[in-house]
Amino acid sequence: MTVAAVTATRPEPALRAARLSPVWVAAGMAAVAAAALAGLVMGPVALSPVAVLRHVGGLRSSLEPQQAAIVDQIRLPRVVLGLLVGSTLSLCGASYQGVFRNPLADPYLLGAAAGAGLGVTIVIVGAAEGATTPALAPLAAFVGALVAVALAFVLGRAGGARSSTASLILAGVAVASFFTALQTYVQQRNQDTIRQVYSWILGRLSTAGWHEVLLLLPYAVFTWVVLLVHRRILDVLAVGDDEASTLGVHARRSRLIVIVVASLGTAAAVSVSGLIAFVGIIVPHTVRLLAGRSHRVVLPLSLMFGGAFLCLADLLARTLSSPAEIPIGVITAFFGAPFFILVLRSSSRAGRTT
Amino acid sequence: MICCRDVSVHLGDRLVLDRLDVELQRGGWLSIVGPNGAGKSTLLRYMAGLVPGSGELHLDGRRAGTLGRRERAQLIAYVPQVPIIPDGARVLDYVLLGRTPHIRPLGVEGPRDIAAVHDALARLELVELAEREVASLSGGERQRVLIARALAQGSPLILLDEPTTALDVGHQQQVLELIDDLRRTAELTVVTTTHDLTLAGQYAERLVLLHQGRIVVDGRASDVLTEENLARYYDARVRVVDDGGRPVVIPVRAVPT
Repeated sequence: MTVAAVTATRPEPALRAARLSPVWVAAGMAAVAAAALAGLVMGPVALSPVAVLRHVGGLRSSLEPQQAAIVDQIRLPRVVLGLLVGSTLSLCGASYQGVFRNPLADPYLLGAAAGAGLGVTIVIVGAAEGATTPALAPLAAFVGALVAVALAFVLGRAGGARSSTASLILAGVAVASFFTALQTYVQQRNQDTIRQVYSWILGRLSTAGWHEVLLLLPYAVFTWVVLLVHRRILDVLAVGDDEASTLGVHARRSRLIVIVVASLGTAAAVSVSGLIAFVGIIVPHTVRLLAGRSHRVVLPLSLMFGGAFLCLADLLARTLSSPAEIPIGVITAFFGAPFFILVLRSSSRAGRTT
Repeated sequence: MICCRDVSVHLGDRLVLDRLDVELQRGGWLSIVGPNGAGKSTLLRYMAGLVPGSGELHLDGRRAGTLGRRERAQLIAYVPQVPIIPDGARVLDYVLLGRTPHIRPLGVEGPRDIAAVHDALARLELVELAEREVASLSGGERQRVLIARALAQGSPLILLDEPTTALDVGHQQQVLELIDDLRRTAELTVVTTTHDLTLAGQYAERLVLLHQGRIVVDGRASDVLTEENLARYYDARVRVVDDGGRPVVIPVRAVPT
């Protein structure tokens, strides 16, 4: 074979790098809008979509004052919270999967959520004794999450020089069990707050107005921005630290930034919503299957579809056995666990090459 | 173009490279040979900045230690023996990764990067495969994709760790011809490691023979590939035949007694 001469006129097939197509962006936004609208109009009191849209858009609408209050004070904050939590968990899951080059890495399997859970439990228990305040919850969750992820990573490496998919996940599961045990211990020792802790653990998006939304918003936005600007770097890191480093990327530093920020995002989401598992694994994987594997596609789409997914899961949680509410963590686990098996099967098949 | 002075590398507490001096001019092709465990890959990895060591490394007349990561990547491209191919990566996107040192750290590629990728794909006759998944390619095609990535990187110096090990003899020749063509037309400086001594002698202008972390012979193929050297350092029984000035190494089986 000879090297083709470099011709002055380039051959015609246009080369398109993997990037987010406008069609997918539109689909993602449509999903968010549809999920949000469904969340606003459905419930114990069914409302007219047109009227709700007009009302939310600030126009005159046919909603009764009482109905308007349901939208403003109950459903809208809850929908927005669902979008924020779902987007953040899903984006963080996609980022963990990229940074650990591990399709099963997820805030829950790595122990981040359990660590955050311990942090929040300590804050709730402490608050009852006047030692802490609930405002510390995000920070305590963050510290707990980081400690747990670091521990999982170190333990996963302890088995051998190279951390494989299996060893990292096993370490994560061990860490998660350990932190959950600690958390249960703290919770059981403090009977007076046990109900409060329980309802938080099972995951809930029930809000009283906008308080939780405002608590989460700054962390969520920060997490989104940092993770999204790293989308191309995550693609480079996929060739491994050595090669990424010969391509001029500070591999270890980039990894660390992504891990810390994804843990922050997870912790912030967990601290307001409780433990909602599997969002960070279902959504990114579905996106990868349908839209492509580049992080430039996976991260933004996980953000959008994650929000929409959790919004719909929450709708199910509060309408399936209305007027009672099923914890949203139960809904996501119901869908997530079977899905997880699928992922495990497909990734163990693909695992031969890694 | 690349110059190692008094380079030693420890891996753990093992001395892997022992006070090496190597120098290679622009446009040259250096092939590092030596028995298993002699330190060939480590020397390449040291040049690529992947293992720390003592001594001095100069790239294009500048001390490697003073170069930033990106600057260094703009000077030197490295193709490992067993690269990690990301799941589902297409040829185009994989080759585009080579442009990383030219793209702002948190930015995305521009038209110049796409043009460079196109150039690399065209030179390696990969345009038709641009949309294929790298993992689905044959060994020879995959090696061309790796070289395309290094070429897209636009670095004047390319290090290839055993680029032909997994290929059959036809594809070995193909790949080595390609590298030689690029060396001439794109003015690249090439450093390779290999176990195939005959091919090393046919393509590289210069060979260094490593043994236990030291350079024991350095010179043209006919100086390095002698029966005596190969017996001494490889512990191998070979005959070396002259084929128009190039040595051909033939393993010889001991006659059973």
